[in-house]
Amino acid sequence: MRIFDPHIHMTSRTTDDYQRMAAAGVRAVVEPAFWLGQPRTSPASFTDYFDSLIGWEPFRAGQFDVRHHATIALNPKEANDPRCRPVLDLLPRYLDKDGVVAVGEIGYDSMTPEEDEAFAAQLALAVAHDLPALVHSPHRDKARGVERSLAVVAESGIEPGRVVLDHLNEVTVKLVRDTGCWLGFSIYPETKMSPPRMVELLKTYGTERMLVNSAADWGHSDPLLTRATGEAMLLAGFTDDDVDRVLWRNPVEFYGQSGRLDLTGVDHPATFAGNSILRGGE
Amino acid sequence: MTPDRLRAALDGVPDQEWLDTALRRVAADPGEIPRFFAAAGRRCGRGPLPDPPGWTADEAARVLLLTALRAEHAATVTALYSAGDAAEKRAVLRALPLLPVGPAGVPLLLDALRTNDTRLVAAALGPYAQHLDQAAWRQGVLKCVFMGVPLAAVADLDERADGELAVMLAGLAAERAAAGRAMPADATALLDRLGVPAAPTGRATAPDQLSPREA
Repeated sequence: MRIFDPHIHMTSRTTDDYQRMAAAGVRAVVEPAFWLGQPRTSPASFTDYFDSLIGWEPFRAGQFDVRHHATIALNPKEANDPRCRPVLDLLPRYLDKDGVVAVGEIGYDSMTPEEDEAFAAQLALAVAHDLPALVHSPHRDKARGVERSLAVVAESGIEPGRVVLDHLNEVTVKLVRDTGCWLGFSIYPETKMSPPRMVELLKTYGTERMLVNSAADWGHSDPLLTRATGEAMLLAGFTDDDVDRVLWRNPVEFYGQSGRLDLTGVDHPATFAGNSILRGGE
Repeated sequence: MTPDRLRAALDGVPDQEWLDTALRRVAADPGEIPRFFAAAGRRCGRGPLPDPPGWTADEAARVLLLTALRAEHAATVTALYSAGDAAEKRAVLRALPLLPVGPAGVPLLLDALRTNDTRLVAAALGPYAQHLDQAAWRQGVLKCVFMGVPLAAVADLDERADGELAVMLAGLAAERAAAGRAMPADATALLDRLGVPAAPTGRATAPDQLSPREA
């Protein structure tokens, strides 16, 4: 099983996680810029954070043969803090970088006017830099947040096929399915989405434009739940090819739209180079 | 290394026209370099060049862009390094010996030597490291050994290695021996060439005096 985790906050994870992820078949990750638990108070903190996402973190991942890319943005929560707003002016130089494959996470937290403004401005940046966009959906008032996000996306003029709405569930999946946007699901130990529920969604809605991620961060989360979802799919009768589509080819297709995805050396088929042995040996 | 050799090495890059345009525009306006510098990997490729050995296409292209500058070299390399991703930083470090910057790039080397990125540490110890003082240079060499960076990355190694470096290497060798861990072969060979220091002070404590944690 080859796995591309399209949304994981490795900054908050240990090097042991990389080791376990690599052993489980994770060969590529995308790390979206987000908040860190502790609110930041100046743009300089963001600079160091963004630099880490295009410097140290890819190096750390590379030691375990995991390819690391990033998405860069001012997240919705901190967009509300006037001290952090100048981060918007820093973004263009990061959006030129090789390892940056989308603008994100953008979207809503509390649906304030400040969030509206930052969301629209950053969708415009995605268009200007010819990059896809990763849209976080709010945890509170989610359904209305998703509807409002879709309206902002439509208004921005970005092509829907270059946008993913993330952290969806049984309720919100219906709102996004027919918009042409991609659908992201964050598999969590207890909250957002679980492997069995994900399998049910895949049975109902198919595998097209579906992205499964662990969204692992500093909270109660697990970077191996992508793999657990793949295994649950197989148990439910999905084929190896279905699993490969959801866990590898879909994220490659979505982020590949940036023209910057570099998977040289890690994109060989899952049956090659001992990967099946690895799976059997676990 | 010369710009001409790098230019010749890049004759086969996928987007020749992009490179020519970039070089022309950077020569005309140094303010244009950041975007070209950032995009060099996806335009020119990132694979190793057959010649010169040890160079990748993106690195050669970025170094060429810097050599195309007509002025403001020191300010530009400092800005590009500080705003760069790891590959851009490394390219700046490798360009330094080809640019008229005098010792102005030393703070960049010191920054690179503070990182834990082996690619940056290695690039900081190229020919431009002649501007590093001896203490910083020795620490850099020792860090290479510690991190497993091949000492082939270090320019002028034999000319510059001194008795103090031998003491430091012998200390590391003693710690590794106490822990049952091997020294890299190139470090052992260097130590042999330098001659094992007779009475290392402090550092090279006998194995039975090291606490397990230090070992």
